[in-house]
Amino acid sequence: MKTWFAGALLLCSLLQLPSLAHAEEIIMTRSVLAFPEAMLALQESIRAHGYTVSRVQRIDIGLTGMGYKTDKYRVVFAGKLEEIRQLTDKAPELTAYLPPKISIFAEGEQTVLVTLNPQLYAEIAGDAIDPIIFTHWESDLRSIFRDVNVAR
Amino acid sequence: MVKCAAVSCIMESDLKTTVINGINSMRLLFAVFLMVSGTLALAAPRGDELFAAHCAACHGDTGAGGVGVPLSFPSFLDSVDDDFLRKTIRYGRPGRVMPAFRILSNAQVDAIVRYIRGWSDKPAPVFSDKPVAGNAKHGKQLFSSYCAACHGADGEGGKGTGVTFSRKRDLPIIAPALNNPGFLAAASDGMILHTLEYGRENTPMRSFLVQGLTEQDLDDLVSYVRSFANGKTPFDTPASSTAVAKTITAESSYSLQETIENLEGAIVSQNFILIRTETLEHGLIAEGEEDSKEIILHFCNFSFLYEALKLDPRVGMFLPCRVTVTERDGKVMVTTINPLYLSRLFNNNELDEYCRQMHDVYSAILEDATL
Repeated sequence: MKTWFAGALLLCSLLQLPSLAHAEEIIMTRSVLAFPEAMLALQESIRAHGYTVSRVQRIDIGLTGMGYKTDKYRVVFAGKLEEIRQLTDKAPELTAYLPPKISIFAEGEQTVLVTLNPQLYAEIAGDAIDPIIFTHWESDLRSIFRDVNVAR
Repeated sequence: MVKCAAVSCIMESDLKTTVINGINSMRLLFAVFLMVSGTLALAAPRGDELFAAHCAACHGDTGAGGVGVPLSFPSFLDSVDDDFLRKTIRYGRPGRVMPAFRILSNAQVDAIVRYIRGWSDKPAPVFSDKPVAGNAKHGKQLFSSYCAACHGADGEGGKGTGVTFSRKRDLPIIAPALNNPGFLAAASDGMILHTLEYGRENTPMRSFLVQGLTEQDLDDLVSYVRSFANGKTPFDTPASSTAVAKTITAESSYSLQETIENLEGAIVSQNFILIRTETLEHGLIAEGEEDSKEIILHFCNFSFLYEALKLDPRVGMFLPCRVTVTERDGKVMVTTINPLYLSRLFNNNELDEYCRQMHDVYSAILEDATL
Protein backbone atom coordinates (compact mmCIF):
# COMPACT_ATOMS: atom_id res chain seq x y z
CA MET A 1 0.00 0.00 0.00
CA LYS A 2 2.80 2.32 1.03
CA THR A 3 4.76 1.47 -2.12
CA TRP A 4 2.01 2.29 -4.57
CA PHE A 5 1.09 5.43 -2.70
CA ALA A 6 4.71 6.60 -2.78
CA GLY A 7 4.90 5.71 -6.48
CA ALA A 8 1.76 7.66 -7.23
CA LEU A 9 3.01 10.64 -5.29
CA LEU A 10 6.35 10.53 -7.09
CA LEU A 11 4.61 10.43 -10.45
CA CYS A 12 2.41 13.37 -9.52
CA SER A 13 5.35 15.37 -8.26
CA LEU A 14 7.24 14.64 -11.49
CA LEU A 15 4.29 16.01 -13.41
CA GLN A 16 4.58 19.20 -11.38
CA LEU A 17 8.29 19.64 -12.06
CA PRO A 18 8.01 22.22 -14.83
CA SER A 19 6.30 24.70 -12.51
CA LEU A 20 8.82 24.07 -9.71
CA ALA A 21 11.69 24.56 -12.10
CA HIS A 22 10.23 27.81 -13.32
CA ALA A 23 12.39 30.65 -12.07
CA GLU A 24 12.03 33.97 -13.83
CA GLU A 25 15.01 36.12 -12.97
CA ILE A 26 12.96 39.29 -13.07
CA ILE A 27 9.54 39.28 -11.45
CA MET A 28 7.11 41.84 -12.81
CA THR A 29 3.49 42.79 -12.42
CA ARG A 30 1.15 45.49 -13.59
CA SER A 31 -1.44 47.35 -11.56
CA VAL A 32 -4.40 49.11 -13.10
CA LEU A 33 -4.12 51.62 -10.24
CA ALA A 34 -2.55 54.99 -10.81
CA PHE A 35 0.94 55.42 -9.40
CA PRO A 36 0.08 56.91 -5.95
CA GLU A 37 -2.54 54.27 -5.18
CA ALA A 38 -0.31 51.45 -6.42
CA MET A 39 2.55 52.76 -4.26
CA LEU A 40 0.24 52.80 -1.25
CA ALA A 41 -0.95 49.24 -1.96
CA LEU A 42 2.66 48.10 -2.34
CA GLN A 43 3.83 49.54 0.95
CA GLU A 44 0.78 48.21 2.80
CA SER A 45 1.36 44.72 1.45
CA ILE A 46 5.09 44.81 2.23
CA ARG A 47 4.28 45.65 5.85
CA ALA A 48 1.49 43.08 6.00
CA HIS A 49 4.04 40.44 5.00
CA GLY A 50 6.22 41.40 7.97
CA TYR A 51 8.88 43.42 6.15
CA THR A 52 10.07 46.93 6.97
CA VAL A 53 10.16 49.57 4.26
CA SER A 54 13.58 51.06 4.92
CA ARG A 55 13.57 53.75 2.27
CA VAL A 56 11.70 55.02 -0.76
CA GLN A 57 14.16 56.45 -3.26
CA ARG A 58 12.90 58.91 -5.85
CA ILE A 59 14.59 58.38 -9.19
CA ASP A 60 12.54 60.87 -11.18
CA ILE A 61 13.23 63.90 -9.02
CA GLY A 62 16.89 63.98 -10.00
CA LEU A 63 16.01 63.49 -13.63
CA THR A 64 13.36 66.20 -13.77
CA GLY A 65 15.75 68.46 -11.88
CA MET A 66 18.20 67.96 -14.73
CA GLY A 67 15.53 68.87 -17.29
CA TYR A 68 14.48 65.38 -18.39
CA LYS A 69 10.82 64.54 -18.96
CA THR A 70 10.02 61.39 -17.02
CA ASP A 71 7.24 59.33 -15.54
CA LYS A 72 6.96 58.76 -11.81
CA TYR A 73 9.65 56.35 -10.74
CA ARG A 74 10.58 55.13 -7.25
CA VAL A 75 12.68 52.37 -5.76
CA VAL A 76 11.35 50.83 -2.54
CA PHE A 77 13.91 49.18 -0.22
CA ALA A 78 12.51 46.62 2.21
CA GLY A 79 13.69 43.76 4.39
CA LYS A 80 13.80 42.11 7.79
CA LEU A 81 16.73 43.19 9.94
CA GLU A 82 17.62 39.77 11.34
CA GLU A 83 17.53 38.13 7.92
CA ILE A 84 19.67 40.85 6.36
CA ARG A 85 22.21 40.54 9.19
CA GLN A 86 22.33 36.78 8.85
CA LEU A 87 22.85 36.97 5.10
CA THR A 88 25.51 39.66 5.07
CA ASP A 89 27.41 37.86 7.85
CA LYS A 90 27.51 34.56 5.98
CA ALA A 91 27.74 35.85 2.42
CA PRO A 92 29.45 39.27 2.32
CA GLU A 93 28.98 39.45 -1.50
CA LEU A 94 25.30 40.06 -0.80
CA THR A 95 26.06 43.44 0.80
CA ALA A 96 26.15 44.79 -2.77
CA TYR A 97 22.55 43.68 -3.34
CA LEU A 98 20.78 44.11 0.00
CA PRO A 99 18.31 45.20 1.21
CA PRO A 100 16.07 43.92 -1.60
CA LYS A 101 14.47 46.55 -3.83
CA ILE A 102 11.28 46.91 -5.81
CA SER A 103 11.13 49.37 -8.69
CA ILE A 104 7.76 50.97 -9.26
CA PHE A 105 7.03 53.29 -12.16
CA ALA A 106 4.03 54.82 -13.85
CA GLU A 107 3.07 53.78 -17.31
CA GLY A 108 0.29 56.04 -18.48
CA GLU A 109 -2.63 55.63 -16.07
CA GLN A 110 -1.27 52.34 -14.77
CA THR A 111 1.76 51.22 -12.77
CA VAL A 112 4.44 48.60 -13.32
CA LEU A 113 6.38 46.85 -10.54
CA VAL A 114 9.67 45.07 -11.08
CA THR A 115 12.05 43.21 -8.80
CA LEU A 116 14.91 40.78 -8.96
CA ASN A 117 13.93 37.20 -8.22
CA PRO A 118 15.51 36.48 -4.80
CA GLN A 119 16.61 33.10 -6.15
CA LEU A 120 19.39 35.04 -7.85
CA TYR A 121 20.76 35.89 -4.40
CA ALA A 122 21.11 32.17 -3.79
CA GLU A 123 23.28 31.94 -6.89
CA ILE A 124 25.42 34.81 -5.59
CA ALA A 125 25.67 33.45 -2.04
CA GLY A 126 26.59 29.95 -3.19
CA ASP A 127 26.76 27.33 -0.45
CA ALA A 128 27.13 29.87 2.35
CA ILE A 129 23.37 30.25 2.80
CA ASP A 130 20.49 27.79 3.04
CA PRO A 131 18.49 28.76 -0.07
CA ILE A 132 15.18 28.21 1.72
CA ILE A 133 15.25 31.85 2.84
CA PHE A 134 15.25 33.00 -0.79
CA THR A 135 12.38 30.66 -1.58
CA HIS A 136 10.42 32.34 1.22
CA TRP A 137 11.34 35.77 -0.12
CA GLU A 138 10.26 34.82 -3.61
CA SER A 139 6.97 33.49 -2.31
CA ASP A 140 6.40 36.69 -0.31
CA LEU A 141 7.33 38.92 -3.24
CA ARG A 142 4.94 37.10 -5.54
CA SER A 143 2.23 37.43 -2.89
CA ILE A 144 2.96 41.15 -2.50
CA PHE A 145 2.82 41.64 -6.27
CA ARG A 146 -0.46 39.71 -6.37
CA ASP A 147 -1.87 42.04 -3.72
CA VAL A 148 -0.96 45.09 -5.77
CA ASN A 149 -2.21 43.46 -8.95
CA VAL A 150 -5.68 42.78 -7.56
CA ALA A 151 -5.97 45.98 -5.51
CA ARG A 152 -8.74 48.30 -6.78
CA MET B 1 -3.15 -37.92 -2.11
CA VAL B 2 -2.10 -35.80 0.77
CA LYS B 3 0.86 -34.62 -1.29
CA CYS B 4 -1.46 -33.93 -4.17
CA ALA B 5 -3.83 -31.99 -1.96
CA ALA B 6 -0.91 -30.04 -0.57
CA VAL B 7 0.31 -29.20 -4.05
CA SER B 8 -3.19 -28.27 -5.03
CA CYS B 9 -3.45 -26.13 -1.91
CA ILE B 10 -0.17 -24.41 -2.70
CA MET B 11 -1.28 -23.88 -6.29
CA GLU B 12 -4.58 -22.50 -5.08
CA SER B 13 -2.73 -20.29 -2.67
CA ASP B 14 -0.42 -19.06 -5.47
CA LEU B 15 -3.41 -18.45 -7.65
CA LYS B 16 -5.08 -16.48 -4.88
CA THR B 17 -1.91 -14.47 -4.35
CA THR B 18 -1.65 -13.84 -8.08
CA VAL B 19 -5.26 -12.73 -8.26
CA ILE B 20 -4.86 -10.50 -5.22
CA ASN B 21 -1.67 -9.04 -6.66
CA GLY B 22 -3.45 -8.51 -9.94
CA ILE B 23 -6.30 -6.71 -8.18
CA ASN B 24 -3.81 -4.63 -6.21
CA SER B 25 -1.99 -3.74 -9.42
CA MET B 26 -5.27 -2.71 -11.01
CA ARG B 27 -6.08 -0.65 -7.93
CA LEU B 28 -2.67 0.95 -8.08
CA LEU B 29 -3.04 1.77 -11.77
CA PHE B 30 -6.52 3.12 -11.21
CA ALA B 31 -5.37 5.21 -8.25
CA VAL B 32 -2.43 6.57 -10.23
CA PHE B 33 -4.78 7.28 -13.14
CA LEU B 34 -7.13 9.18 -10.84
CA MET B 35 -4.29 11.16 -9.28
CA VAL B 36 -2.66 11.91 -12.64
CA SER B 37 -5.91 12.97 -14.27
CA GLY B 38 -6.72 15.01 -11.18
CA THR B 39 -3.31 16.66 -11.34
CA LEU B 40 -3.65 17.33 -15.05
CA ALA B 41 -7.13 18.73 -14.59
CA LEU B 42 -5.86 20.99 -11.84
CA ALA B 43 -2.91 22.01 -14.00
CA ALA B 44 -4.96 22.63 -17.16
CA PRO B 45 -3.43 25.87 -18.40
CA ARG B 46 -5.55 28.99 -18.29
CA GLY B 47 -4.57 31.55 -20.87
CA ASP B 48 -5.86 34.52 -18.89
CA GLU B 49 -3.85 33.57 -15.81
CA LEU B 50 -0.72 32.78 -17.79
CA PHE B 51 -1.01 36.06 -19.68
CA ALA B 52 -1.43 37.99 -16.42
CA ALA B 53 1.60 36.23 -14.92
CA HIS B 54 4.01 36.36 -17.84
CA CYS B 55 2.88 38.95 -20.36
CA ALA B 56 0.69 41.69 -18.84
CA ALA B 57 3.49 43.64 -17.16
CA CYS B 58 4.92 44.53 -20.58
CA HIS B 59 1.96 44.12 -22.95
CA GLY B 60 -0.73 45.55 -20.66
CA ASP B 61 -3.48 43.71 -18.81
CA THR B 62 -5.78 44.05 -21.83
CA GLY B 63 -3.01 43.62 -24.38
CA ALA B 64 -3.07 47.33 -25.19
CA GLY B 65 0.73 47.50 -25.02
CA GLY B 66 3.28 49.36 -22.93
CA VAL B 67 6.88 48.27 -22.70
CA GLY B 68 5.81 45.62 -25.23
CA VAL B 69 3.79 45.54 -28.44
CA PRO B 70 0.01 46.18 -28.25
CA LEU B 71 -1.11 42.63 -28.96
CA SER B 72 -4.82 43.40 -28.97
CA PHE B 73 -4.46 45.84 -31.86
CA PRO B 74 -6.86 44.56 -34.56
CA SER B 75 -4.38 45.20 -37.36
CA PHE B 76 -1.72 43.24 -35.44
CA LEU B 77 -3.95 40.23 -34.87
CA ASP B 78 -5.17 40.34 -38.48
CA SER B 79 -1.62 40.09 -39.81
CA VAL B 80 0.02 37.44 -37.63
CA ASP B 81 -0.84 33.76 -37.51
CA ASP B 82 -0.92 31.57 -34.42
CA ASP B 83 2.37 29.94 -35.34
CA PHE B 84 4.06 33.35 -35.25
CA LEU B 85 2.65 34.01 -31.77
CA ARG B 86 3.66 30.57 -30.52
CA LYS B 87 7.21 30.87 -31.86
CA THR B 88 7.55 34.43 -30.58
CA ILE B 89 6.66 33.29 -27.05
CA ARG B 90 9.01 30.34 -27.37
CA TYR B 91 12.02 32.11 -28.98
CA GLY B 92 11.57 35.69 -27.76
CA ARG B 93 13.65 38.33 -29.43
CA PRO B 94 17.30 37.70 -28.55
CA GLY B 95 19.01 40.96 -27.67
CA ARG B 96 15.69 42.84 -27.23
CA VAL B 97 13.40 43.14 -24.20
CA MET B 98 11.11 40.19 -25.14
CA PRO B 99 12.44 37.08 -23.35
CA ALA B 100 12.22 33.49 -24.60
CA PHE B 101 9.68 31.61 -22.47
CA ARG B 102 11.29 28.22 -22.90
CA ILE B 103 10.03 27.04 -19.55
CA LEU B 104 6.36 27.16 -20.61
CA SER B 105 4.87 23.90 -21.84
CA ASN B 106 3.35 23.67 -25.32
CA ALA B 107 -0.10 23.53 -23.71
CA GLN B 108 0.64 26.74 -21.78
CA VAL B 109 1.89 28.52 -24.90
CA ASP B 110 -1.22 27.40 -26.79
CA ALA B 111 -3.42 28.67 -23.95
CA ILE B 112 -1.77 32.10 -24.10
CA VAL B 113 -2.15 32.21 -27.90
CA ARG B 114 -5.85 31.30 -27.62
CA TYR B 115 -6.30 34.02 -25.01
CA ILE B 116 -4.59 36.64 -27.21
CA ARG B 117 -6.60 35.50 -30.22
CA GLY B 118 -9.76 35.97 -28.17
CA TRP B 119 -9.33 39.74 -28.46
CA SER B 120 -10.28 39.51 -32.13
CA ASP B 121 -13.63 38.46 -33.48
CA LYS B 122 -11.97 37.23 -36.68
CA PRO B 123 -10.38 33.83 -37.12
CA ALA B 124 -6.59 33.61 -37.12
CA PRO B 125 -5.16 34.29 -40.56
CA VAL B 126 -3.48 31.41 -42.36
CA PHE B 127 -0.51 32.12 -44.61
CA SER B 128 1.15 30.07 -47.29
CA ASP B 129 4.09 28.11 -45.97
CA LYS B 130 5.78 28.21 -49.38
CA PRO B 131 9.10 30.06 -49.29
CA VAL B 132 9.11 33.21 -51.42
CA ALA B 133 11.74 33.23 -54.17
CA GLY B 134 12.67 36.83 -54.95
CA ASN B 135 15.71 38.84 -55.91
CA ALA B 136 17.34 39.79 -52.59
CA LYS B 137 19.75 42.19 -54.30
CA HIS B 138 16.87 44.22 -55.73
CA GLY B 139 15.07 43.82 -52.40
CA LYS B 140 18.00 45.49 -50.67
CA GLN B 141 17.63 48.58 -52.86
CA LEU B 142 13.91 48.73 -52.19
CA PHE B 143 14.48 48.21 -48.46
CA SER B 144 16.78 51.21 -48.17
CA SER B 145 14.24 53.39 -50.01
CA TYR B 146 11.02 52.19 -48.40
CA CYS B 147 11.75 50.42 -45.11
CA ALA B 148 15.02 51.60 -43.58
CA ALA B 149 13.60 54.89 -42.26
CA CYS B 150 11.51 52.98 -39.71
CA HIS B 151 13.12 49.54 -39.50
CA GLY B 152 16.74 50.77 -39.57
CA ALA B 153 19.37 50.49 -42.30
CA ASP B 154 20.11 46.88 -41.40
CA GLY B 155 16.63 45.95 -40.19
CA GLU B 156 17.61 46.57 -36.57
CA GLY B 157 14.20 48.10 -35.74
CA GLY B 158 13.08 51.11 -33.74
CA LYS B 159 14.81 51.89 -30.49
CA GLY B 160 13.58 51.74 -26.95
CA THR B 161 10.52 50.46 -25.19
CA GLY B 162 6.98 51.65 -24.85
CA VAL B 163 7.21 53.85 -21.78
CA THR B 164 7.56 57.60 -21.73
CA PHE B 165 11.22 57.41 -20.74
CA SER B 166 11.77 56.00 -24.15
CA ARG B 167 9.33 57.48 -26.63
CA LYS B 168 6.06 59.27 -27.17
CA ARG B 169 2.90 57.40 -26.28
CA ASP B 170 1.08 58.45 -29.44
CA LEU B 171 3.12 55.92 -31.41
CA PRO B 172 1.50 52.59 -30.63
CA ILE B 173 4.15 50.37 -32.15
CA ILE B 174 7.92 50.47 -32.49
CA ALA B 175 9.04 49.23 -35.89
CA PRO B 176 10.11 45.64 -35.22
CA ALA B 177 13.69 44.45 -35.64
CA LEU B 178 13.41 42.47 -38.86
CA ASN B 179 16.96 41.22 -38.57
CA ASN B 180 16.29 39.61 -35.19
CA PRO B 181 16.77 35.84 -35.26
CA GLY B 182 13.66 35.43 -33.10
CA PHE B 183 11.53 37.39 -35.57
CA LEU B 184 12.98 35.55 -38.56
CA ALA B 185 12.36 32.16 -36.95
CA ALA B 186 8.78 33.11 -36.04
CA ALA B 187 7.60 34.89 -39.20
CA SER B 188 6.95 32.88 -42.35
CA ASP B 189 7.61 34.39 -45.78
CA GLY B 190 3.86 34.34 -46.32
CA MET B 191 3.27 36.40 -43.19
CA ILE B 192 5.88 39.01 -44.12
CA LEU B 193 4.45 39.19 -47.62
CA HIS B 194 0.94 39.73 -46.26
CA THR B 195 2.14 42.66 -44.12
CA LEU B 196 3.85 44.20 -47.15
CA GLU B 197 0.70 43.74 -49.23
CA TYR B 198 -1.80 45.08 -46.74
CA GLY B 199 0.18 47.10 -44.24
CA ARG B 200 -1.04 47.49 -40.67
CA GLU B 201 -3.90 49.87 -40.11
CA ASN B 202 -3.33 52.71 -37.61
CA THR B 203 0.44 52.26 -37.73
CA PRO B 204 3.05 53.88 -39.97
CA MET B 205 3.25 50.54 -41.85
CA ARG B 206 1.30 51.05 -45.08
CA SER B 207 0.53 48.74 -47.98
CA PHE B 208 3.40 48.79 -50.47
CA LEU B 209 1.10 47.76 -53.28
CA VAL B 210 -0.84 50.96 -52.64
CA GLN B 211 2.48 52.81 -52.67
CA GLY B 212 3.13 51.55 -56.18
CA LEU B 213 5.38 48.53 -55.71
CA THR B 214 4.68 45.39 -57.75
CA GLU B 215 4.12 41.89 -56.44
CA GLN B 216 7.58 40.96 -57.71
CA ASP B 217 9.03 43.90 -55.71
CA LEU B 218 7.38 42.53 -52.58
CA ASP B 219 8.85 39.08 -53.21
CA ASP B 220 12.27 40.72 -53.59
CA LEU B 221 11.80 42.54 -50.27
CA VAL B 222 10.82 39.31 -48.51
CA SER B 223 13.93 37.60 -49.89
CA TYR B 224 16.10 40.44 -48.67
CA VAL B 225 14.53 40.41 -45.17
CA ARG B 226 15.03 36.65 -45.06
CA SER B 227 18.72 37.13 -45.89
CA PHE B 228 19.18 38.97 -42.54
CA ALA B 229 19.22 35.56 -40.84
CA ASN B 230 22.67 34.84 -42.25
CA GLY B 231 22.91 31.57 -40.35
CA LYS B 232 21.85 33.06 -37.00
CA THR B 233 19.20 31.30 -34.93
CA PRO B 234 17.34 32.26 -31.74
CA PHE B 235 19.24 29.50 -29.97
CA ASP B 236 22.70 30.98 -30.47
CA THR B 237 24.38 31.56 -27.11
CA PRO B 238 24.80 35.27 -26.42
CA ALA B 239 28.34 36.38 -25.64
CA SER B 240 27.13 37.83 -22.33
CA SER B 241 26.23 34.40 -20.98
CA THR B 242 29.82 33.46 -20.31
CA ALA B 243 30.62 33.10 -16.60
CA VAL B 244 31.50 36.40 -14.93
CA ALA B 245 32.03 37.41 -11.31
CA LYS B 246 28.80 38.26 -9.49
CA THR B 247 30.28 41.24 -7.69
CA ILE B 248 33.24 43.59 -8.04
CA THR B 249 35.18 43.49 -4.81
CA ALA B 250 38.39 45.05 -3.53
CA GLU B 251 40.16 45.00 -0.18
CA SER B 252 41.08 48.49 0.94
CA SER B 253 44.51 49.45 2.21
CA TYR B 254 42.87 52.16 4.33
CA SER B 255 40.68 52.37 7.41
CA LEU B 256 36.88 52.29 7.05
CA GLN B 257 36.56 56.06 7.38
CA GLU B 258 39.47 56.77 5.03
CA THR B 259 38.03 54.37 2.47
CA ILE B 260 34.67 56.14 2.62
CA GLU B 261 36.36 59.49 2.06
CA ASN B 262 38.40 58.04 -0.81
CA LEU B 263 35.24 56.63 -2.37
CA GLU B 264 33.47 59.99 -2.15
CA GLY B 265 36.36 61.59 -4.01
CA ALA B 266 36.56 58.78 -6.59
CA ILE B 267 32.81 58.94 -7.29
CA VAL B 268 32.95 62.67 -7.99
CA SER B 269 36.05 62.28 -10.16
CA GLN B 270 34.06 59.84 -12.36
CA ASN B 271 31.47 62.60 -12.98
CA PHE B 272 28.87 61.09 -10.64
CA ILE B 273 26.95 62.99 -7.97
CA LEU B 274 27.11 61.57 -4.44
CA ILE B 275 23.51 61.29 -3.24
CA ARG B 276 24.00 60.08 0.33
CA THR B 277 26.06 57.90 2.62
CA GLU B 278 24.20 55.68 5.09
CA THR B 279 24.40 52.36 6.90
CA LEU B 280 23.16 49.23 5.15
CA GLU B 281 20.68 48.83 7.99
CA HIS B 282 19.31 52.35 7.67
CA GLY B 283 15.55 52.33 8.14
CA LEU B 284 15.47 48.73 9.34
CA ILE B 285 16.35 49.58 12.94
CA ALA B 286 16.25 52.68 15.13
CA GLU B 287 18.85 55.31 14.28
CA GLY B 288 22.04 54.83 16.27
CA GLU B 289 21.51 51.10 16.65
CA GLU B 290 22.60 50.24 13.11
CA ASP B 291 25.80 48.34 12.34
CA SER B 292 28.19 51.22 11.68
CA LYS B 293 30.67 48.91 9.95
CA GLU B 294 28.43 48.39 6.90
CA ILE B 295 28.13 51.58 4.89
CA ILE B 296 26.51 52.26 1.53
CA LEU B 297 27.40 55.21 -0.68
CA HIS B 298 24.66 56.03 -3.20
CA PHE B 299 25.57 58.05 -6.29
CA CYS B 300 24.23 58.90 -9.72
CA ASN B 301 24.99 60.40 -13.12
CA PHE B 302 21.59 61.58 -14.33
CA SER B 303 22.47 61.72 -18.01
CA PHE B 304 23.74 58.14 -17.87
CA LEU B 305 20.73 57.08 -15.81
CA TYR B 306 18.28 58.61 -18.27
CA GLU B 307 19.88 56.88 -21.23
CA ALA B 308 19.81 53.52 -19.44
CA LEU B 309 16.15 53.92 -18.41
CA LYS B 310 15.28 54.77 -22.00
CA LEU B 311 16.65 51.41 -23.09
CA ASP B 312 14.88 49.48 -20.36
CA PRO B 313 12.99 51.03 -17.44
CA ARG B 314 13.60 47.90 -15.38
CA VAL B 315 17.24 48.84 -14.77
CA GLY B 316 15.85 50.88 -11.87
CA MET B 317 16.22 47.68 -9.84
CA PHE B 318 19.90 48.51 -9.60
CA LEU B 319 19.53 52.24 -9.02
CA PRO B 320 20.84 54.45 -7.74
CA CYS B 321 24.44 53.30 -8.21
CA ARG B 322 26.07 52.23 -4.96
CA VAL B 323 29.19 50.85 -3.36
CA THR B 324 29.16 49.05 -0.02
CA VAL B 325 32.03 49.30 2.43
CA THR B 326 32.34 46.84 5.29
CA GLU B 327 34.82 46.29 8.07
CA ARG B 328 35.14 42.79 9.55
CA ASP B 329 37.99 41.57 11.71
CA GLY B 330 39.97 44.70 10.85
CA LYS B 331 39.66 44.05 7.10
CA VAL B 332 37.95 46.75 5.00
CA MET B 333 36.22 45.48 1.85
CA VAL B 334 34.49 47.45 -0.89
CA THR B 335 31.83 45.67 -2.98
CA THR B 336 29.55 46.59 -5.85
CA ILE B 337 27.20 44.70 -8.10
CA ASN B 338 28.79 43.54 -11.34
CA PRO B 339 26.76 45.04 -14.19
CA LEU B 340 28.31 42.50 -16.58
CA TYR B 341 26.80 39.68 -14.52
CA LEU B 342 23.40 41.37 -14.41
CA SER B 343 23.20 42.50 -18.04
CA ARG B 344 21.99 39.04 -19.14
CA LEU B 345 18.78 39.60 -17.17
CA PHE B 346 17.66 42.29 -19.58
CA ASN B 347 18.15 40.53 -22.93
CA ASN B 348 19.09 43.86 -24.49
CA ASN B 349 22.21 44.29 -26.61
CA GLU B 350 22.17 48.06 -26.31
CA LEU B 351 21.98 47.86 -22.55
CA ASP B 352 24.95 45.50 -22.55
CA GLU B 353 27.11 48.40 -23.70
CA TYR B 354 25.91 50.53 -20.75
CA CYS B 355 26.62 47.64 -18.43
CA ARG B 356 30.16 47.41 -19.77
CA GLN B 357 30.61 51.14 -19.15
CA MET B 358 29.22 50.87 -15.63
CA HIS B 359 31.48 47.91 -14.91
CA ASP B 360 34.46 50.06 -15.89
CA VAL B 361 33.21 52.98 -13.75
CA TYR B 362 32.74 50.76 -10.70
CA SER B 363 36.14 49.15 -11.19
CA ALA B 364 37.84 52.55 -11.52
CA ILE B 365 36.11 53.87 -8.38
CA LEU B 366 37.15 50.84 -6.36
CA GLU B 367 40.72 51.02 -7.61
CA ASP B 368 40.99 54.76 -6.89
CA ALA B 369 39.59 54.37 -3.39
CA THR B 370 41.34 51.26 -2.17
CA LEU B 371 44.87 51.24 -3.57
